[in-house]
Amino acid sequence: MRRSVIPGFGLSLGITLFYLGAIVLLPLCALILKASDVGLAQLWTILSSPRTLSAIRVTVTMALAATAFNAIYGLLLAWVLARYEFPGKRVLDALVDVPFALPTAVAGLALTALFSKKGWFGAPLDALGIQVAYAPLGIAIAMAFTSIPFVVRTVQPVIEDLGSDVEEAGRSLGANDLQILWRVIFPAIFPAFLAGCSLSFARSLGEFGAVIFIAGNQPMKTEIVALLTYIRLEEYNYQAAAAIAVAMLAMAFAMLIVTNAVQAWNLRYLGRGDA
Amino acid sequence: MSHPTSERAHTEWMVTPVGAGPVTRRVVLGIVAILTLLFLIAPLALIFSSALSQGIGTFFNSLTEPGTQHAIFLTVVTALIAVPINIVFGLAAAWTVTKFTFPGRTLLISLIELPYSISPIVAGVAYIFVYGSQGLFGPLIEAMGIKVMFALPAIVLASMFVTAPFVARELIPLMQVQGTDEEEAAVTLGASGFATFLRVTLPNVRWAVLYGAILCNARVMGEFGAVSVVSGNIRGQTTTLPLQIELLYQDYNVAGAFAAATVLTAVALLTIVIKVLLERLSPDHAQAPARPPGH
Repeated sequence: MRRSVIPGFGLSLGITLFYLGAIVLLPLCALILKASDVGLAQLWTILSSPRTLSAIRVTVTMALAATAFNAIYGLLLAWVLARYEFPGKRVLDALVDVPFALPTAVAGLALTALFSKKGWFGAPLDALGIQVAYAPLGIAIAMAFTSIPFVVRTVQPVIEDLGSDVEEAGRSLGANDLQILWRVIFPAIFPAFLAGCSLSFARSLGEFGAVIFIAGNQPMKTEIVALLTYIRLEEYNYQAAAAIAVAMLAMAFAMLIVTNAVQAWNLRYLGRGDA
Repeated sequence: MSHPTSERAHTEWMVTPVGAGPVTRRVVLGIVAILTLLFLIAPLALIFSSALSQGIGTFFNSLTEPGTQHAIFLTVVTALIAVPINIVFGLAAAWTVTKFTFPGRTLLISLIELPYSISPIVAGVAYIFVYGSQGLFGPLIEAMGIKVMFALPAIVLASMFVTAPFVARELIPLMQVQGTDEEEAAVTLGASGFATFLRVTLPNVRWAVLYGAILCNARVMGEFGAVSVVSGNIRGQTTTLPLQIELLYQDYNVAGAFAAATVLTAVALLTIVIKVLLERLSPDHAQAPARPPGH
């Protein structure tokens, strides 16, 4: 296959494989090896224990809630950034990157202070009887914050690339704004929207730093899967840590396959697929 | 990312675009403004206001406290080791997958991006099973008297795991678009492989390298989960700045935690400013094929 006059293939491939092998694959293999030592029966016992199941339930439910919020807010942000001109647009565009640039521990600290009972948002919410910090809702907020850019940055370029012709065609056929939005625009951006949402969901499932500050971390109530792994490790229960970590890895691979399938569909839809 | 295409879209309209009516526009912009104020701006404002709430003197006292000083030092050292290695890897990886075609190329690209999909906690736990006392190489390196786990090496390794794709992912789409013509011409004219890379390839991608490097740096300095697992969180020894924030917070030293958080927030905001400047500097980069973001 390789018939290039450019030299350096061996060296660059060597560096790449060495780094990936030593830094990424070696630890993952060690983890899988450790988990396979545990044995299927024991693995099942660990994963089906009430505390693990409750952590999985909390993590998945709150990740879904966070993704649902990001789906709406992210779509609005992408729409505004792609279609409107207004003062402060560049600042808003830069602000979207804040959750990616800001360390998760800082985000967690700030959100906890905002939503604690004496916080800017926590105090009025407390008066209404709504508890966010140290409650499941706080987990969802931390997850939503850290993963909002995924939806915006996946959908924004697709809205920008929408041609005016399809809308004009819709208009000339007598469709109103809502009909064009629902029948013309939304189908065109839907694959990208779905891709962004699945990226946001996948990130939420694995989020740790931001969540542990705000969650309160009560077993069976506000304990996420990532934290349970960490706790098992601190208890020197390596079997359980390996089992739960491998389950998280399996979940990540499953999400990767889903996301890739959605993205392949997205690229085909846009007619850009060249891979 | 700001896209130059947005202006184009507005000049071609023959009819009023959907959502461009004055009422719709105002309502949508209003909702976005309120949500952004509550969700993205308020946390930033709170960090600075909390850090300074007890006066600028307390703020600086918190920052010069020995624990925080050491955490800043450790974080900078980690970044100084991990980021340059990551740049070399990113360049090598991008060079391999864009200048050559070979079987397994797509698989290699997927492998490069794999760490994006893995929770930092899983990465940290995985490292325990390599270098920990229960791990594959744990007993061996312990016998050799080398300390990896709960020390700087593990912190650097875990940081390199989570940031592996950062530089490569900025370079690959760009170098794909640039193709191999210029390198082929240089080699045909007698330039050595290294000279070709240094004089032809590198100048073409230098902004993208810088872009990837600053994103990588921000992540290394801010990494919490993976480092939390592998560092053992030994007070005053292996606490990086994000871990120090948690430590101070658990000690009920909220002002100290926010002071430390301010340093990392400043790094994050500086990263975004440089990112915006680089995007304006290199239109090439902004025109690289649309791709989903990752972090």
